[in-house]
Amino acid sequence: MKVVFERPQALSDVTTHYCPGCTHGIIHRLVAETIDELGILERTIGVASVGCSVLAYDYLECDWQQAAHGRAPAVATGIKRALPDSIVFTYQGDGDLASIGTAEIIHAANRGEAITVIYVNNTNYGMTGGQMAPTTLVGQVTTTSPRGRDTKEAGYPLRMAEMLATLKGVNYLARVAVNSPANIMKAKRAIKQAFTVQVEDGGFALVEVLSTCPTNWRLDPVEALKWLDDNMIPYYPLAEFKVSGEVK
Amino acid sequence: MLGDKVLMVGNEAIGEAAIRAGCQLYFAYPITPQSELPQLLARRMPEEGRVFLQAESEVAAINMVYGAAGAGARVMTSSSSPGISLKQEGISYIAGAELPCVIVNIVRGGPGLGGIQPAQSDYFQATKGGGHGDYRLIVLAPASVQEMVDLTALAFDLADKYRNPVMVLGDGTLGQMMEPVEFGDIKAEIPSKPWATTGRKGRARNVINSLYLDPNKLEEHNWHLQAKYRRIEGAEVRYDSFNLADAQLVVVAYGISARIARTAIEMARADGIAAGLLRPITLFPFPTGAIAQAAEKAAAFLSLELSAGQMVEDVRLAVNGRRPVHFYGRTGGIIPTPQEVYEEIKKLAGEEVAK
Amino acid sequence: MAKVEFNEERCKGCGLCTVVCPEDIIALAARINKMGYHPAQVKEMDKCTGCTLCARICPDCVIKVYR
Repeated sequence: MKVVFERPQALSDVTTHYCPGCTHGIIHRLVAETIDELGILERTIGVASVGCSVLAYDYLECDWQQAAHGRAPAVATGIKRALPDSIVFTYQGDGDLASIGTAEIIHAANRGEAITVIYVNNTNYGMTGGQMAPTTLVGQVTTTSPRGRDTKEAGYPLRMAEMLATLKGVNYLARVAVNSPANIMKAKRAIKQAFTVQVEDGGFALVEVLSTCPTNWRLDPVEALKWLDDNMIPYYPLAEFKVSGEVK
Repeated sequence: MLGDKVLMVGNEAIGEAAIRAGCQLYFAYPITPQSELPQLLARRMPEEGRVFLQAESEVAAINMVYGAAGAGARVMTSSSSPGISLKQEGISYIAGAELPCVIVNIVRGGPGLGGIQPAQSDYFQATKGGGHGDYRLIVLAPASVQEMVDLTALAFDLADKYRNPVMVLGDGTLGQMMEPVEFGDIKAEIPSKPWATTGRKGRARNVINSLYLDPNKLEEHNWHLQAKYRRIEGAEVRYDSFNLADAQLVVVAYGISARIARTAIEMARADGIAAGLLRPITLFPFPTGAIAQAAEKAAAFLSLELSAGQMVEDVRLAVNGRRPVHFYGRTGGIIPTPQEVYEEIKKLAGEEVAK
Repeated sequence: MAKVEFNEERCKGCGLCTVVCPEDIIALAARINKMGYHPAQVKEMDKCTGCTLCARICPDCVIKVYR
């Protein structure tokens, strides 16, 4: 018998602080597998953001810079412009990228910065205790939308993937989910494609990954997988929105 | 150009000095009265094989500086007061992560949108932190276009020497004035940066970070930063003086105010008043020792600023109650004339002599 | 032939592996590990096909698969 599945080299051999069943762990592993498979560990620099994944620099074995809330795409721009031969990626949550960081992500994408953005969407500000985010679904109860998200007060949830796909600077853009083995396989393919775009063409790529937050959704981890299927995917459809610079 | 003097506008002189000091990337945003600097560098940086990028905001620009500095490059950004306010978050992160960089502030009137005329009302912001947390910027205050050149070059060296952000604090007058300058002495001697995130390439991974969730570690980090600032205070104070040795009334002024003060002091001396000038060149570290020493002989001090009075507090701290410290200032972008400063000196000299 | 190894001290007892196993041979143990969680374990290893679905959904990468 031989080993057919084990921890990737690029994934640090530590226990993470993530809640039981939080799918950040799956996404970290997919990024680590990609780094291993593309052989880019020695020239990869990650940019950690602010959210539950703030400690990502302890979980992947590449060089890291920790960025202020929302600013990771600007930090990544600085790194990539200084070191064009490096592989630079950001790892951001929805509170980080779709709220305070909207200017930075739009402009990095618009400039076609040769970076890869992993955008983890779990419809709330997890680290700070489950507040409403721009991605919170209509009617969804959070600690700052205790009566459910009211569109008259807070508008509709932001579909960042669809918006960013309209920018010419974007080479590859996809939305995936990690709530089932089948979805995880597709997510891996998209993440690998996003990094490959940077390695081969030097283009901007973003993968929005729908992720669970059992703790703040007040569900057990298995229920959370189903909640994502039933509630998030209908509003945030899974698709490749842009491939090789062409809108799909 | 070596050894030759050229006539140059202050804002542009900063750009040329930065290039010679080895600045590899410059992240820009337009704002009056410093837009001549990004406009010059947009043309010149690509000519030199360097990177010019106009960011979407001053916030984005300072974060690009963070990224590039963390990757080991010599990097600069510039703005004016309201834009520098936007950069405070990024500057705090840069100071916390101990990254070297140069930030140029060509100061204009505030608060808020304020005006576009010169001011010196960002002294507190520059020298007392500006962003959150216990940190300091090294702050250099030029008073001529030649000093815009020399201090920009020095800024890059000090930034790398101490792994700290350095601010060059000018004002709209200096930014717009044209004077002869020479660039002869500038050398780009960039130290090695084993801590930078350049991609592992075989070494252990590097992490650029300012987060320390363990309070013991954060305290240790803060004392480490403070120890650095004490070293800077011990080694990097710079100031200039004019007629100071026998001065009875010491005017303390920097930048454009110092030039006006100098003329006013000449007028006062012609009138038999023993006035002198102490001109801080480093605002942090402040020339506390030099002022304390002057307090032994002088009868009084006058802080002259284009503000409602900010540096005067540091002068008072340095004088430590031994002598009276007065303040004269204009705000809103109004620049005092040498005549009105001379009148103030004369008035104070009369009061102090009468005592 | 196939088998899986669970690093039980790293398992957070989230249960995701228990619902994806096509042979339904994974369950959470009654005992708790050092972190205070009920670790996942395989009841009937001879039924394991080495499909790797459990390992792929484990957020903590505690499962090693042999085939």
